Amino acid sequence: MEHLLINHYETAAVILFGIGFLNLLLQNNLVKKVIGFGIMDSAVYLFLASQGYIVGRLAPILVGEVANAADYINPIPAGLVLTGIVVSVSVTAFSLALIQRLYQKYKTVNFDEIVQLARQKGDE
Amino acid sequence: MPFIYNFPFFSIFICMISGIVTPLLKNGKWAYRLSLFASGAGFVLSGILLGRIGPNNESFSFMMGHFPAPWGNELSVGPLEAVLATTVCLVMLMALLGGSRDIFEDVLPEKQKLYFIMMDEILAALLALTYTNDIFTAYVFIEISTIAACAIVMAKDSSDTMVATMRYLIMSLLGSGLVLIGIVLLYCITGHLLFPNLQLRVLDLASTGQYTMPLTVVVGLIVMGLGIKSAMFPFHLWLPPAHGSATTASSSVLSGLVVKGYIILMIRLFYKVFTIEVIRELRVTNMIFLFGLAGMIIGSVGAIKEGHIKRMLAYSSVAQLGYVFMGIGLGTDIGIVAACFQILVHACTKPMLFSCASALSAGRHHNKKLHALRGAAYENKLAGVGFTVGALSMIGIPLFAGFAAKVLFASATMAQPVKMWMTLLTLALSTVLNALYYIPAVTVLWSRPEEGEAGEKVLVHPAFAVSTVVFITAVFFLGICYQPVVTLIQNGLALL
Repeated sequence: MEHLLINHYETAAVILFGIGFLNLLLQNNLVKKVIGFGIMDSAVYLFLASQGYIVGRLAPILVGEVANAADYINPIPAGLVLTGIVVSVSVTAFSLALIQRLYQKYKTVNFDEIVQLARQKGDE
Repeated sequence: MPFIYNFPFFSIFICMISGIVTPLLKNGKWAYRLSLFASGAGFVLSGILLGRIGPNNESFSFMMGHFPAPWGNELSVGPLEAVLATTVCLVMLMALLGGSRDIFEDVLPEKQKLYFIMMDEILAALLALTYTNDIFTAYVFIEISTIAACAIVMAKDSSDTMVATMRYLIMSLLGSGLVLIGIVLLYCITGHLLFPNLQLRVLDLASTGQYTMPLTVVVGLIVMGLGIKSAMFPFHLWLPPAHGSATTASSSVLSGLVVKGYIILMIRLFYKVFTIEVIRELRVTNMIFLFGLAGMIIGSVGAIKEGHIKRMLAYSSVAQLGYVFMGIGLGTDIGIVAACFQILVHACTKPMLFSCASALSAGRHHNKKLHALRGAAYENKLAGVGFTVGALSMIGIPLFAGFAAKVLFASATMAQPVKMWMTLLTLALSTVLNALYYIPAVTVLWSRPEEGEAGEKVLVHPAFAVSTVVFITAVFFLGICYQPVVTLIQNGLALL
């Protein structure tokens, strides 16, 4: 319990990851699924960002002369978060475009209904 | 550094550049030629590389931009990577040739260029997954191949494919989410992203017993994530609709290559990051083994029940992937050699089956129901022969590639009594089940059509002829002269 409180960022991130994951898996509404995906990925970024931050140190940007490396926080997680954001933006855009196509065709964003309608069409 | 060491980087880069250049081209035909060039160039480069490092049994890592380890990104290349990359490029080239006619029929003319961009990106991603030495780069390319793979399913704009794409996309996103959090946790407990540094730290953690729990969780998350994406047994339900409804070249590439990309990455992670000893200690291999066995049976049962020829082939892919997971699950070097060999066998056989099935249905108004294809082999004999060769290989008849794979699996289990019995029984059962759906399919194709059923004679497209002949040759080559290939894989695995 104590560990969970000390690492509260990580705890929150893991809980958020679970919420996002379950939404992506279980929601019937496709838009809500995408929102779940957003929550899931943001949770990972929160986790990474909290790992990279070290209390009392500076942002890793050089101003003037080179100072001691121990004065700065770790810049790599921030880089990873940036890369991850680019990836998740493109995946989200792709999913939303696909959902839009499905909506135009079936006039609903409920996945079960879409599957049913598609099956009826296939049978005809 | 010899110039040849740049080839892996070149082969990835050519694919990415051709993807970028494609929108500037005049039409889909030119985009098609450029894609052929990119995969052909990749094949030649990887082939030369294989010719050089295969016999010398050497491996090297290539620093991107010549930045040394903690800052730069690396590729690592050995005989195993070279043989996989050569096969990937060859199969991509042949899948494009074999499915070319369907691409131009199924995909809207204004979208054909975009389709080939996706194909280029898939090849780039697969090569990068094969070569990369950096775990975060691997994640980025996993996502690239996810998006591109979903896009090539959707390229045939029908209601079936859209629903299948959605399902595929959701499962893929779940999978890559798990992989991502796994990678992040691994970074947190080790502080590294490059494979060699990661391996040192993981060995350190394993020997001191530190962070055993997080390490187990990391391995579990990554295996599960990659397993979902490569249709490991309980997560396989997205595969048949996606692979069964897409256009021919997409089905070939997805079944033959894309799902394998993640498995190749899994094997490389097992050897280069976690080391197979640690994986065995964590008992992850036992889980993979059981899932593999279940997949072999469930996939075949699904295929027996299916009347649509392409979905039947897709279910058979689930079964064949079960073999690969079973081999990995044995947790021994020789088991994983067999799994790698099975990857090559399936990569050469399944695309041929898909393109032949489509060619056969072309004379029957593209009706892909098995009962509508009675006697279709007489209208396109080459496709009929190709389908038969592929089917016999999948069943595991001697001289065909599938047989060699099964022999390797069977001999790989000899050292482990419990797993041996389970494997041998499942292998036997699965062979019978495979025969139960492939033999009737072949019989239907070659039985004389009744009156009114016969379709029109189909002109054999030269591109299709080339691809089928190459695939048939590959199937016989892997079935008859498999020893050199196995030695190559063995050496490569030892160098990982």
